[in-house]
Amino acid sequence: MTTSRVGHIAYNTFREAVRDRVLYNLVFFALLLLASTPLFGKISIGLERIVLVNLGLTAVTIFGMLISIFIGIGLVSKEIDKKTLYTVLSRPVRRWEFILGKYFGLGLTLLVNTLFMAVGFFAALLYIEHGFQRSDVQLLCALYFIMLQFMVIVAITLLFSSFSSPMLSALFAFGYFVIGNFAEELRGAANLLDGVSRAIVLGISYLVPNFTAMNVISQVAHSEGITGALLLQNSLYAILYSAAALSAAVLIFENRNLK
Amino acid sequence: MSAIEISNLAKTYQVGFFRKAEKAALKNLTLEVRQGEIFGYLGPNGAGKTTTLKLLMGLMFPTSGSATILGRAISDPQVKQSIGFLPEQPYFYDYLTARELLEYYASLSAVPAKERSSRAQKMLDRVGLGGAANTQLRKFSKGMLQRAGIAQAIIHDPEIVFLDEPMSGLDPIGRREVRDLIQELNDEGKTVFFSTHILSDAETLCDRVAVLNRGELQGVGVVADLLAETVGKREIIWEGASTALDALGTKVKIVGDIARTVIDDRQADAAIDAIRHAGGRLKSLMPVQGALEDYFLKHTEPGAIAEVKSE
Repeated sequence: MTTSRVGHIAYNTFREAVRDRVLYNLVFFALLLLASTPLFGKISIGLERIVLVNLGLTAVTIFGMLISIFIGIGLVSKEIDKKTLYTVLSRPVRRWEFILGKYFGLGLTLLVNTLFMAVGFFAALLYIEHGFQRSDVQLLCALYFIMLQFMVIVAITLLFSSFSSPMLSALFAFGYFVIGNFAEELRGAANLLDGVSRAIVLGISYLVPNFTAMNVISQVAHSEGITGALLLQNSLYAILYSAAALSAAVLIFENRNLK
Repeated sequence: MSAIEISNLAKTYQVGFFRKAEKAALKNLTLEVRQGEIFGYLGPNGAGKTTTLKLLMGLMFPTSGSATILGRAISDPQVKQSIGFLPEQPYFYDYLTARELLEYYASLSAVPAKERSSRAQKMLDRVGLGGAANTQLRKFSKGMLQRAGIAQAIIHDPEIVFLDEPMSGLDPIGRREVRDLIQELNDEGKTVFFSTHILSDAETLCDRVAVLNRGELQGVGVVADLLAETVGKREIIWEGASTALDALGTKVKIVGDIARTVIDDRQADAAIDAIRHAGGRLKSLMPVQGALEDYFLKHTEPGAIAEVKSE
């Protein structure tokens, strides 16, 4: 029964997103950018593929991240503001089921959205290369890692939106995304410090999600291989990080008075 | 077994940012609602009605006290299977059609998949929205939203229906329809608990009512019993000698040769004598029918009276 309720809430969240014009605007701009990447490639003779992969996958990441944050911040707060949550929680729906349903609903939206953008990206690649190479499989790994990043950022956004305003949640989540992309550099910087400041910077570098390890765009652009160990490591990391963020969100939400 | 049993339920909020102060929204509420009755929960705006409903729905947590619904603690998720809830001024997922909305709520209330569609249509027909089943809720008027709200509250055939200000914002026809619907639900054996500040609705529909003011219960009982508190007065009408009762100090209305006033029961004999003595002719002496409004006003402070609609 729990699975079914989570599934229904997830499907409704997905339905809300796909009926939202904002999503279509973002997807339209992302596809427009992907369609224009072969032009950028033509400017850089001999580097078409590198430019296309870098630009294309970065566009997929940024637009997906925008969707994760801007839809994610409203997932809980909008339901409280509009009181739609009252008619859900007055049914046999537990609060954690609601949070999980929202998480998977936005996850499904992002998956479909990433698939659309991936089709656009591979179409652009086909246009400039007139075919696919075996090493292009690595691009799927990069897209999988991008999807993992989305799932982590959605969990973080849900965590923030379970106790703060949508605007603050967006700022926090975006800050986490940016800092997370420099997690490795932050750890390196911590080693140059000592004492309390070292502990603080190191603490922050481990608290924010390590998106550096999940960002393999540059590697796949240069047709470098992705190891199985990295696949496993990133998958486990994303699952555990998301689970921790969702657990915290549930813990806060379970005790929240809905005024 | 009672439908609802509330025991010393209290809710206190902390207000203020730097200097926190406590504000009691509900003070030690003890109340029992019997199965199969229409129970009116009355009070001016800000009396604590919505807070009570949110506590019963598990949307808020009490500071102290407890409550049971059909013998189960309100924290028991099983309780929710037996109840339906319409919040005040409801707003629904406006990207859904009325049918999709009801099917969604039916799925969350464990209505079997094969029954959802037919039950959604049946409920929409029942609340008069059958023709708007495939219209998105963003195109609905306030009255239509209220009706959709009632439909979602009963889609899973609950035993108890909680309605928070169900008539608020509706035109007279809409209010009449909602009143009829509440009566129909009760005729089917459902317990209906509804909050309102429109007293005539409560007077027409309720078996029993509770009056709440500033978070405190002022009285609870059968409407007729509560009204008994407000009577003890008689209307006296006589012809001629319009100044006969001046000595009683009552305000007399005079139309032509006919005079009318309201006196205390214990003044009746003296009034009759005075009229006869002054040469007047008694035409009528009737007990005054108390109104729920009188009780309500008597138990709410002057500040609150201005906010009360008595239609």
